[in-house]
This record gives sequence, C-alpha cells and structure tokens, in this order.
Amino acid sequence: MGLFSKQGTFKILFFGFVLGIIFWGGFNTALEMTNKESFCISCHEMQNNYEEYTSTIHYSNRTGVKATCPDCHVPKEWIHKIIRKIKASNEVYHKLMGTIDTQEKFEAHRLELAKDEWARMLSTDSRECRNCHNFDSMDLDKQEARSANRHEQAIEYGWTCIQCHKGIAHELPGGYDPADDTPSAPEKSDS
Amino acid sequence: MLNTKKTMTFTHKSLTRKVISLTLLALTAVMFSLPAMSVESLRGDDAPNGPSVKVGKYRVKSEEGGYERNFKKQPPLIPHKVDKYRITLKNNGCLKCHSEKAYKKEDAPKVGDSHYIARDGKKLEHVSRRRYFCVQCHIPQVDSDPLVENTYENEE
Repeated sequence: MGLFSKQGTFKILFFGFVLGIIFWGGFNTALEMTNKESFCISCHEMQNNYEEYTSTIHYSNRTGVKATCPDCHVPKEWIHKIIRKIKASNEVYHKLMGTIDTQEKFEAHRLELAKDEWARMLSTDSRECRNCHNFDSMDLDKQEARSANRHEQAIEYGWTCIQCHKGIAHELPGGYDPADDTPSAPEKSDS
Repeated sequence: MLNTKKTMTFTHKSLTRKVISLTLLALTAVMFSLPAMSVESLRGDDAPNGPSVKVGKYRVKSEEGGYERNFKKQPPLIPHKVDKYRITLKNNGCLKCHSEKAYKKEDAPKVGDSHYIARDGKKLEHVSRRRYFCVQCHIPQVDSDPLVENTYENEE
C-alpha cells in the first residue's frame, strides 16, 4: 500500500480534516480567550480604566444588562475582529515598552488614547454601540424631552453615538471640553 | 503492624500537634465559659442593633421646564437625575451641558453670570473655582412627602 494509492489519499485527507478542526478550534478558542474581560484587566495598566468603568451605567444599572470591555472595544463581526486583533499587537508592544505602566504616564497619554478610540468609533459609525443601541428600537417618547430632541436631531442629520456620548464609561481626559466636538443642529432660518 | 510503624515514625510530630490542639481547646473552653456580663455598654441594653431608621426608596424627579424658585436668589433646583454626572478635579459633568459653549446646543440653562466672577471681582472666562461644585448649592428633588408639614408660600 503506497502513500499515493487510493487508501493513502483517503488517510491523508482524513488526517488533514481532523487536524484542520483541531487547529481552527484551537485558534478560535485562543481568540475568544483574549476577548474576555478577565483577560483585558489581567494587565495592571487596565486596572484604573476598569475601576472607572465600574461606577458607570454600563457596569451597573437598573435592569442588570451589562457591557464588558470587549463589547465596546472589539468588533463582533469576524473580519473586523481579526483586523482589530492584529492592530492590538501595537498595544502588546507598548505593554512591553511600559508606555503607560504608571498612573502618571497614563494620564499624560489619556487624551491621545481617548482620541484614538473616538476616531475608531467615529469611522465605524459607532458600530459597537449600535450592537445594543439601535435607533430603530429606540422609543423617543419614553426619553426625557431634551434627550428625545437631541436624538431626533441625530437621526435627521446623521450623527453618530460617539460624537456626543464621550467619557461615559471612562473619565474624560482633564482639560478636554466635549462641547468643542459635539455637533449642533444648523440654525433654522425663519422664512 | 503498618500502623504501629507509622505512629512510631511520627510520634514526635503528632505529640506536638496533640499539645497544640489541646491547648487551643482549653483556651476556647475558657473563652466560652466566661459569662456575657463581662462587657457592658454605658447605654445599658438600649444599644442600637442595625440602622435605626429604615431608609425609604425614593426616585429623583424629572420636572420639565424646571422647578419654580421658592424665594429670590434661590439657587435653582436641579430638575433631573444627576447620578451619571461626576464632578472631579479634572472634569465637571454638569458643564457638559450647562457651560457657555454647550448650553445652546444642548438646550440647557446656562451657568449664571455671577459664577464667572472671582472673589476679587475679576471676570473670568471659566466658571470660578468657588462655584465649581454645583451640587453644593443646586440639588435634585425626590418624590417624597415633606418630612415636616409647613405653611410656607413661595415669595413673589
């Protein structure tokens, strides 16, 4: 029985199939492992961030629905997720370099880091927010008048969540005034 | 046979253990045998057990258009929830909407002009530091009844 006989081909195909399942399964398991909150906060650099988030509505609220780190910071769709994971290698580099390994260093970089993440969210039309928060399912009548007004404007002018909702899960960088960036409805001319 | 051997080998250790555990037992016995009368509060038996007043569950009210003032120069009450907004050394959550830059966009009342004046009378570009802690004077309201009945009427 040679390797290239019919039975040999079958064997190779079979083992290839099994190995494929094992490798793919292993890869996915490892990927999912890096997508857990416990993984995110296993670095001490993230402890402070996490601490800030625990006092916000995305951690604790009336109904007990909660968004963890990866829900906002890692895309759900496979291809976007892989792209984000590859980009995260830069974060591994800075972890090794100790770029933000003290509170002071982190504060010095906070604005820059925040701006990076805001830009990412802006570029995807706040995709991760919209996994849960959807204008189609949002009942503006149940909101407070001022919120409803602003959301109506957002729908009309095509704004995206992150343009107004900054610093909701982490503290805003000191000295940054969100009013500089929040959009406003164009003044209506009386005609 | 095997058992005896084992006990032979560990006699020293087990003896120490026995002494320690016996001492502990004796100590516990002494502790429990002491009568409770040994500690007596100056309050007598009246000492509080747990919180004395049951805390009511009230919700912060939202009042569209804001509350009327009760008297001239009263710091306006906050007509909405504030638990999401924090005032820290670096950020003031209230100013997200009520600052000079934001109030028009957000359709919110602007911080009063008096809040931009420093104590030496100088006009500032930002909210004065002595006015920074908004909730020191401005407070939200809950849906509770007044604790004490009163006949106060709003000043005209």
